Amino acid sequence: MDIAICILLGLGLLFFTGGTLGLIRLPDVYSRLHMAGKIDTMGSISLIAALFLNEIESFDMAHLLVGLKILLVLFFQFLASPTACHAMVDACLRAGLAPWVKGGQRSDP
Amino acid sequence: MDTIFLYSAVFISLLMLVSLYRTAAGPTTLDRLMGANAMGTKTMVLILFLGTAFGRLDMFVDIALAYAMLNFISVLAASRYFLKRGLADKL
Repeated sequence: MDIAICILLGLGLLFFTGGTLGLIRLPDVYSRLHMAGKIDTMGSISLIAALFLNEIESFDMAHLLVGLKILLVLFFQFLASPTACHAMVDACLRAGLAPWVKGGQRSDP
Repeated sequence: MDTIFLYSAVFISLLMLVSLYRTAAGPTTLDRLMGANAMGTKTMVLILFLGTAFGRLDMFVDIALAYAMLNFISVLAASRYFLKRGLADKL
């Protein structure tokens, strides 16, 4: 059980680190939003799943109740994060921001 | 195992400082919104880890759920506002 918790924790922290570096380094709003989506979904879901496994390890009624609440947080994050990311991309696209291409702007918007 | 969660919380707070740069100095308004969303997600995970560190996870789970809902609604409302209004500075 400890090995599974450590693997999930390392995966989540890896996705958080990569997403944050991409948030700083990438050149365009759309690619940065791609990285923000990775932070939101994969990183936080892995970390919350690690917390759930750590909580459920000592199995009695109170820990089971808290574990169910953590699963509720995970389910809400699983629904809400892609929706928020899609709303940001939609607002960005309809506001008329041209995507970045290599070597300057595209000719036709 | 609690020590590993505590050090992970410290690392997540350092990552929050990095994404604060994108919130403070982003060239576009959507960049600032995106950095605020990333910081909100990290804060939600950080609240859960602090609940493990304090040993009161049953209380902190409710705070984290409320924080996640607040973050989601604020991002949705702000992006809907920019969708209706358009980007003012056009960048």
